[in-house]
Amino acid sequence: AHRMFAPSSQNSASPVLLLVLLGCVLCPPAQASKSSEDIRCKCICPPYRNISGHIYNKNVSQKDCNCLHVVEPMPVPGNDVEAYCLLCECKYEERSTTTIKVIIIIYLSVVGALLLYMAFLVLVDPLIRKPDPYTQPLHNEEDSEDTRSLAAVPTLAGARANTMLERVEGAQQRWKRQVQEQRKTVFDRHKMLS
Amino acid sequence: MDQKGYRRGSFQSATSDEDMLEIAGASADFTVADDDPPLDREMGGFSSYNGGGMNGTSTMMDFLEEPLPGVGTYEDFNTIDWVREKSRDRDRHREITNRSKESTWALLHSVSDAFSGWLLMLLIGLLAGSLAGLIDISAHWMTDLKEGVCLAGFWFNHEHCCWKSNTTFTDRDKCPEWKSWSQLILGHGEGAFAYILNYLMYVIWALMFSLLAVLLVKGFAPYACGSGIPEIKTILSGFIIRGYLGKWTLVIKTITLVLAVSSGLSLGKEGPLVHVACCCGNILCHLFTKYRKNEAKRREVLSAAAAAGVSVAFGAPIGGVLFSLEEVSYYFPLKTLWRSFFAALVAAFTLRSINPFGNSRLVLFYVEFHMPWHLLELVPFILLGIFGGLWGAFFIRSNIAWCRRRKTTQLGKYPVLEVLVVTAITAILAFPNEYTRMSTSELISELFNDCGILDSSKLCEYVNDFNSTKGDDLPDRAAGPGVYTAMWQLALALIMKVFITIFTFGMKVPSGLFIPSMAVGAIAGRLLGVAVEQLAFYHHDWAIFSGWCSQGADCITPGLYAMVGAAACLGGVTRMTVSLVVIMFELTGGLEYIVPLMAAAMTSKWVADAIGREGIYDAHIRLNGYPFLEAKEEFSHKTRAMDVMRPRKNDPPLTVITQDTMTVEDVETIVTSTTYSGYPVVVSRASQRLVGFVLRRDLIISIENARKKQDGIVSTSVICFTDYCPPLPPSSPSVLKLRSILDLSPFTVTDETPMEIVVDIFRKLGLRQCLVTHNGKLLGIITKKDVLKHIAQMANQDPDSILFN
Repeated sequence: AHRMFAPSSQNSASPVLLLVLLGCVLCPPAQASKSSEDIRCKCICPPYRNISGHIYNKNVSQKDCNCLHVVEPMPVPGNDVEAYCLLCECKYEERSTTTIKVIIIIYLSVVGALLLYMAFLVLVDPLIRKPDPYTQPLHNEEDSEDTRSLAAVPTLAGARANTMLERVEGAQQRWKRQVQEQRKTVFDRHKMLS
Repeated sequence: MDQKGYRRGSFQSATSDEDMLEIAGASADFTVADDDPPLDREMGGFSSYNGGGMNGTSTMMDFLEEPLPGVGTYEDFNTIDWVREKSRDRDRHREITNRSKESTWALLHSVSDAFSGWLLMLLIGLLAGSLAGLIDISAHWMTDLKEGVCLAGFWFNHEHCCWKSNTTFTDRDKCPEWKSWSQLILGHGEGAFAYILNYLMYVIWALMFSLLAVLLVKGFAPYACGSGIPEIKTILSGFIIRGYLGKWTLVIKTITLVLAVSSGLSLGKEGPLVHVACCCGNILCHLFTKYRKNEAKRREVLSAAAAAGVSVAFGAPIGGVLFSLEEVSYYFPLKTLWRSFFAALVAAFTLRSINPFGNSRLVLFYVEFHMPWHLLELVPFILLGIFGGLWGAFFIRSNIAWCRRRKTTQLGKYPVLEVLVVTAITAILAFPNEYTRMSTSELISELFNDCGILDSSKLCEYVNDFNSTKGDDLPDRAAGPGVYTAMWQLALALIMKVFITIFTFGMKVPSGLFIPSMAVGAIAGRLLGVAVEQLAFYHHDWAIFSGWCSQGADCITPGLYAMVGAAACLGGVTRMTVSLVVIMFELTGGLEYIVPLMAAAMTSKWVADAIGREGIYDAHIRLNGYPFLEAKEEFSHKTRAMDVMRPRKNDPPLTVITQDTMTVEDVETIVTSTTYSGYPVVVSRASQRLVGFVLRRDLIISIENARKKQDGIVSTSVICFTDYCPPLPPSSPSVLKLRSILDLSPFTVTDETPMEIVVDIFRKLGLRQCLVTHNGKLLGIITKKDVLKHIAQMANQDPDSILFN
């Protein structure tokens, strides 16, 4: 019973982890330097008389983003420029490559970490815990009988055995039981979430 | 007839033992790590201290007595007591205000307490916006990963890969840096073999993504599957589902949402974004005492977080607040309105600064045209509304039937296989048709788009007469061959989406409904729009067109029809009204199209309501049997309280506790032999005059604690619930005073009260149970579950199959 109340370092660390993650996610856009390759003015000009359609890109600022500055070399003679430019559509676009790179890398690392953790729980954990007859592998869908017997045997020896490792152990055991309970509710008994 | 049935607050229909065990243990997701010595039974680990007396009339003595940890908290799958939570919050506020006059520190404390709500909203907005940005960018990238990879940097999707290079006018999508899989493997992208290779890679990637998603959900957070909105509705109405808004659910839902969307399945990310935002809200609540310890205040925060979730999904802050008000929340005090709007704005602003779509837009399918429409076009718009209503009703019926089959038959035993099979079918059917191959958001964006002179998609391949073009204002033109091809491809896409979404929504991966329904509506709308446009072009001399649509004028905008169709279908499925129109007009950025949108939304709601009463979320609530008391429907039967109360005629009498004559052992026997969540306390068995109501959980915790801590409490000690206990002979063991856990103001109705009023009382006050008296004497009890079963019975549904029994 005591393991439930052992202050869980995992629980208190994770809001901190979340805030760190939040900071990481917010930092890139905050400090994303507008490198010259990340802004552009894009002008799309349709076919006009005998001139084929063309797309013009140029790194100009927003105030210079119009047909006259961007479309070079001008394919039509001087008096037709206005008519041609009326057909062209110019848009100012900017993006932040750093943000994209950072976010994708964060995402892939989180997915990788979760996969590794899942592999660890499925493959390595049962081997480590084999000597202990009361623990069960993660994907075991046994009855509440086993959870009751598990509850009866504390995995922490006494209320004060609060070393870091044992606290983490306790928190992990608690989490595993929660997940098992949730899995039973959702996948086996279909009580929630159809 | 089960005795234990009626006052069972907990969701597990089991012995009291199982109640205390793992379900309770599984609830300790966010315990504030109290260093108090633990209690013997596994019930503790719960966060709060009772912040004061439990009823409004708390005296100084209650404040002096330190409340026990665990008293005043709730077990998993129980309903909260709104009245108690609200009065606790008022007590707390009163205490802080009184103390603030004493010292500067206390004054600062009271000021910071007042501002903590706003700070919390700010944090929720920031976190929700950032997560939405992460989801958008990752989903965009991974969707394109199925088709190819960027050599200039693998983290770029197709659009960003070709950003820098000079593309030609005719081949705007091709650039040398982006290689499709066949180009990468074979070296060239043309030919049948390359096509087959692309096809194969597409299906393989889709399967990999969905397999990963369902394994992560199953392995780490089973609560992360589905849309989340029905469960959030239930939570906001007062139900407790521990772990549903926890940190693992948040992480897994974010990750697997990206995977599910990228795998090409016919689902959207708006519903799950609401769940993600509510998880953020719940997690951040733990930083503030005011919200951590009070379940009612926390639900206000969750309402605001839900608004922020919809706001980032659609780039519509006002729509988000209205969605939260209309669809998700149960009690929405006006103070929450302003705070929700603030949270939604902050979230939208954060998302905008992350700029996921590269042009400061929040949604991929933002509409920018402002063409006028004519009154006669209301006829096709109403037709679209009718289509939306019909489709909505059809979808709800079939989806519920399929989900029920999943719940009850063998199909439910193979969730991973089910996801893989559905993904395989979707991918195999989707690849050949370019309109299903692209992601659904892109499809909607293309359908909403009004064809300008610069658009090169197939849908815009009209027969152009360049000599008569004036600038960008294109008249209605005859459809070229590209348009005809696009039309039948879209029709096939429509049929496929209509059927495959039925099997996709509700699977064991995060799945939302908004985008698929909008896609169905947009396709139908665009088809109708192009048909009307061609009709107007070829027959511009008919009476209905000649007045306003002369030759050479641009009168019909098929993009508008797509938008109206999308709104109609979304309204038909979810039965949203105001929030739908506001979201759609925030998407278009203008008020021109409010009338068509409203006409379509109203028509679709009326048609859908005529066929089936409930929206999709209410239907799922009813399917799963959540104890959700519907606030919108009228109870119109003439039953009375005595028909619904327990005990019924043949049942044993009500289990009560007397105020000062029962011993600890007696009470423990009662508690262990019954599973009721609370017991009325009466003066004596003979008189049955009501004193108050005591909750089972508080009773157990207090007795346990007293046995361990207080001297002289043994099994024969008398329990006394009053202030002045009767004097006992000196040889008897000391008295156990449990006055502090007794609720002295339970709600009572008389047995002749009509059930309409009782149901109204339950709804408006958020009661869990209500005592029934006759001539002043306690007669029975009505719980929320009894009310729900009664409503179900009156509606001729099977009451036993519906609720959590």
